[in-house]
Amino acid sequence: MSLDISQLNKAFDSRIRLGIMSVLAVSDKVEFSVLKEMLDLTDGNLASHINALEKLEYIEVIKQFIGKKPNTSYQITKKGRTAFTSHIDALEKLIKKSK
Amino acid sequence: MEKQIEPLETLTEIRSMMERSTRFISLNGLSGVFAGFFALAGAAAAYFYLRSGASRLYYENALTADGNINIPFYVFLFNDAFIVLFASIAVAISLSVRKARKNGLKIWDNTAKRLITNMLTPLAGGGIFCLILIYHRQFGLVAPSTLIFYGLALINASKYTLNDIRYLGITELIIGLISAVWIGYGLIFWAIGFGIVHIIYGILMYYKYER
Repeated sequence: MSLDISQLNKAFDSRIRLGIMSVLAVSDKVEFSVLKEMLDLTDGNLASHINALEKLEYIEVIKQFIGKKPNTSYQITKKGRTAFTSHIDALEKLIKKSK
Repeated sequence: MEKQIEPLETLTEIRSMMERSTRFISLNGLSGVFAGFFALAGAAAAYFYLRSGASRLYYENALTADGNINIPFYVFLFNDAFIVLFASIAVAISLSVRKARKNGLKIWDNTAKRLITNMLTPLAGGGIFCLILIYHRQFGLVAPSTLIFYGLALINASKYTLNDIRYLGITELIIGLISAVWIGYGLIFWAIGFGIVHIIYGILMYYKYER
């Protein structure tokens, strides 16, 4: 049986990127350290996936200082939310078709 | 490398990721059962203490014969309630830690913080309101107010944890409102609200999630 996977977003092939989007989709902004802990990743690994999503303008970075410490958190963009939602819709369609 | 696409599995993963980042799901139903039994024990202790007092209506013991606020009466009730609360929270935390560890979740994360602040804010307001009621000598309304505010706190907190907590909150709110109509039976309503209702919900949640 062949499934039409053309509707699926290539950016979300990676479980990690999908994980980042899932967390950001339901929270207003999430710190780097929290994301790292939730997805159980190393700094470098998470950073590279975040860069990819940032380049696509699916997420945006918020840099601020808490006292003297720099603090980076992330937020989903409108574009990112649309892409994420249509990816989920496509997945649901696949499930319905394969039944 | 060939990518295997399993839509159902992926969706389930997304869902669990979303739940994990918004809701605190490590609550254990057994915490409710323990809290219920502690509350019943506390209510029994208060009952026997009051039977030794002048009147069976608990709030008539609130004043001494010369019209002053009966300090020992409040010290006893306060200690009683504090022990029940402390024991319940201790059991709830240790059971939650165990459940979180079993499921590989972090116990003290954003969801736990959000749950606690959203629970404590209405509860703290309610606690202060009860002290104000005592200050104004509206003793009969103290017990109903604790139930009402506890119910509202649960309803508020339910957005950040298992949805069943919402119905527990509504139940406590209704019991609180009823007890505000029949003033003077606070102890019985306390035993029902904090004791029996916790035990019933705890058992229901235990069967729903732990088995």
